Amino acid sequence: MTFTLAINGREYLVESEPEVPLLWILRDVLGLTGTKFGCGVAACGACTVHVDGRAMRTCTLPVAAVADKTITTIEGLDDAVGTALRAAWLSHQVPQCGYCQSGMLMSAAALLATQPRPSDAEIDRTLTNICRCGTYQRIRRAIHAAAATLGGAA
Amino acid sequence: MSLNRRHFLLAGSALGGGLLIGWGAMRPRQLLGEAALLPVEAGEIALNAWLKIAADGIVTVAVPRAEMGQGVYTALPMLVAEELAAPWASLRAEQAPIASVYGNVTVMVDAAPLDEHDHGLLAGAMRWTLERVGRVLAVQVTGGSTSVRDAWLPMRSAGAAARDMLARAAAARLGVPVAEIEADAGRMVHPATRRSLAYGELAADAARLDPPDAITLRAPAAWRLLGRPLPRTDLAAKTDGSAVFGIDVRQAGTVYVSLRTAPVVGGSLAQYDRVALEARPGVIAVVPMADALAVAGRTWWHAEQALQAVPPSFDPGEHGALSSDDIFAAFGAALDAGDGSAYEDRGDALGELHDADVLRAEYRAPMLAHACMEPMNCTVRLHEGAAEIWLGNQAPDLMRRIAATALDLDEAKVRVHTPLLGGGFGRRAEPDVMLRAIEIARAIPDQAVQLVYSREEDLQHDTYRPPALARFAARLDTRGRLHAWHNHVACPSVSKAVLGRAFPGLPLAGPDKTNLEGAMFLPYAVPHRRVAHSTVPIVPPVGFWRSVGHSFNAFFTECFMDELAGAAARDPIEFRLEHLAARPRERHVLELLRDLSDWNEPSAPGTARGVALHGSFHSIVGQVAEVSIDNGEIVVQRVTCVVDCGQVVNPDIVIAQMESGIVFGLTAALYGDVRIAAGRVQQWNFPDYRMLTLGEAPPIETHIVVSGAPPGGVGEPGTPPIAPAVANALAALTGQRQRALPLRAPG
Ligand code: FES
Ligand code: FES
Repeated sequence: MTFTLAINGREYLVESEPEVPLLWILRDVLGLTGTKFGCGVAACGACTVHVDGRAMRTCTLPVAAVADKTITTIEGLDDAVGTALRAAWLSHQVPQCGYCQSGMLMSAAALLATQPRPSDAEIDRTLTNICRCGTYQRIRRAIHAAAATLGGAA
Repeated sequence: MSLNRRHFLLAGSALGGGLLIGWGAMRPRQLLGEAALLPVEAGEIALNAWLKIAADGIVTVAVPRAEMGQGVYTALPMLVAEELAAPWASLRAEQAPIASVYGNVTVMVDAAPLDEHDHGLLAGAMRWTLERVGRVLAVQVTGGSTSVRDAWLPMRSAGAAARDMLARAAAARLGVPVAEIEADAGRMVHPATRRSLAYGELAADAARLDPPDAITLRAPAAWRLLGRPLPRTDLAAKTDGSAVFGIDVRQAGTVYVSLRTAPVVGGSLAQYDRVALEARPGVIAVVPMADALAVAGRTWWHAEQALQAVPPSFDPGEHGALSSDDIFAAFGAALDAGDGSAYEDRGDALGELHDADVLRAEYRAPMLAHACMEPMNCTVRLHEGAAEIWLGNQAPDLMRRIAATALDLDEAKVRVHTPLLGGGFGRRAEPDVMLRAIEIARAIPDQAVQLVYSREEDLQHDTYRPPALARFAARLDTRGRLHAWHNHVACPSVSKAVLGRAFPGLPLAGPDKTNLEGAMFLPYAVPHRRVAHSTVPIVPPVGFWRSVGHSFNAFFTECFMDELAGAAARDPIEFRLEHLAARPRERHVLELLRDLSDWNEPSAPGTARGVALHGSFHSIVGQVAEVSIDNGEIVVQRVTCVVDCGQVVNPDIVIAQMESGIVFGLTAALYGDVRIAAGRVQQWNFPDYRMLTLGEAPPIETHIVVSGAPPGGVGEPGTPPIAPAVANALAALTGQRQRALPLRAPG
């Protein structure tokens, strides 16, 4: 089947079986490798992207379910929230190996889009992604910092 | 005078003026390497094997170690930039090629089973010999927390030599004596005439000059970059998806491969249905091997789906009945059978430990997986008698040698690329994944073949942190001081396992310090001490895992120290301090930790604190954990960490590595347990090999001690103390001493 995917403001025509998870379309078909494979069972969050603005784990998300939807991956995370998060990630020197960080940023961006001033408890509940390098406390600080930057304008 | 380890130590502790280094017996080119080693792009000029300068002044440093999160793409360029007097914003990092100048000598010297504090003749001779061996072998290993220590002299020297060449080029261009030229922020300045030239303008002239006969390294007081929390060079690409890990390598026409390996070590492929597999959508090739089946697909998912839909079957071989209990029973039998081989034996510990008032305890630690966030993978293309390999790895020269042997090719025909590593932790020092990929690529020639392990394969076919069993016996004197200490550890030899895989056929005899590191040469004074080891091979493969032997021995020894403090009715920190009279650095760490953790203040109701102190990789780390039990789970409320890692290159990276090491060690302490039943690993994926998450991670406060000691490691030393600190807190909270990991909430 042919699917039309709207990713990062571009349209892609993809020939695929409907059940192929979006993760592998992104990585192995379209070459958008910023979205990572970590577990394949929706347990680590490395594969998180936005589908119509909501954070989704793409390793278990069939491509058929996202046709006609707006998809944003880490490569296209350049709105105000994404920009503020990236700046905070750098000023807090968050990443180590960096492998989990695309998923972390996508999850954090989806959180800030709905909850501009998240509490620690909200961050705990939403950021359930795994970071094997243990960057957690810097992620928490960077989310608060980005929220403060964005809130300053509101 | 030759450039040897003594200079290295001196360089780290130079007081007053800068350290003058004459090349002496070691010719400059041996240390600086040939500029021609570095690949250059248009406009770039290499001044030696460590750096090149572009016309626009951008300085690219060849980093000889792999970036796996620990910050070498930042810390090592800082060494060059300091001496080169280049502004930090002009620095870039690039993976160094494979060449002997980049060999890791320090990792070899550290392999000696020596007390870091032993500066006697014999120890000196052993280190000297190993250093020579290290220079000859020139293994390009990233590991053992050695990157900064090993680069400390050569990379600063490379920056200083380049600065000298640029200064001479500037002097010639401006027609002034070189003594009147000053280096400042990427320019060579002639203050008297207020003229200056940028490095980018001088590089071509400088490259035609010989390196200097001697260089002067800057004194610490004159440092402008070292010791500052400069931003990392690799992070921007890690926030926009552009960073390329091994799994992200994309070559035209790549086929993606998934794998099923015999679940029991020594098992073999029994049956598979080629026709049904080939009929699955997107399947390109089916590659049977003696103990595995690989499927190549249009995407990795197609390959993996085929294997799930049409699974192969395996014969278990001779180990199909093995269990974790069998392994621990063998350890117990070895401890019963004799006294083991002693690595440390002072006084008469065995003779002093026959009385009734001897305290005894048995501790155990489980097998653990690395679970790097980036699953194991390797990309190989075999084409016209040559091999190109993309592999996130911790030893590219070894990988190249092993690949060449496997392919029966000249090493010159094998190219190994080292992209970024999505975690290493020792796992990526292993050649097994590459050898698998090569085996598969031979069946699919001329195409790039990317093998990716599913998380299940990754967890079930690891080179595990070995399990270990330890027995202690100790006696206190009438004042409550340690009088005799006997520790006997049973576990497999990690070094022999790793070296045996890296150098098949190498005769491996003699002691392996990795089994007892962290158990021997403890800083605590005791008149009689014996620390012995029994090597008990086990069936599952074992390997290096962040902090190796320290990871279990610190748990054993620091928990037992707490038990002894209890027996002596002493406060755990005071008890330790009483045994550290001759160790000022350890004392200082502990005293600072006592203050910063509010140790002497009562903890909140329902919480308790525990402490642990452990030295590893030439650094000393103390941690206090504050623990409670909520809803039947152990909750670590707060961790205070004090580290003395000697000379600090980048304090923010030191802090990040402490945070990282603590989360890694805490994950293991609370959840880590790879179990064997019916010969196979029982854990499958993150749901049942649990990882600490953000919500479970405690706030961590890290404090760095400025001790003036030479640089120590930071990638691993944060890991060992956290398990005993939490276990000691739990014992204080519950009154129950747990002597096995992972820790469990009572009830
Ligand atoms: S790869 Fe999708 S959640 Fe882990
Ligand atoms: S930065 Fe390495 S896994 Fe998170």
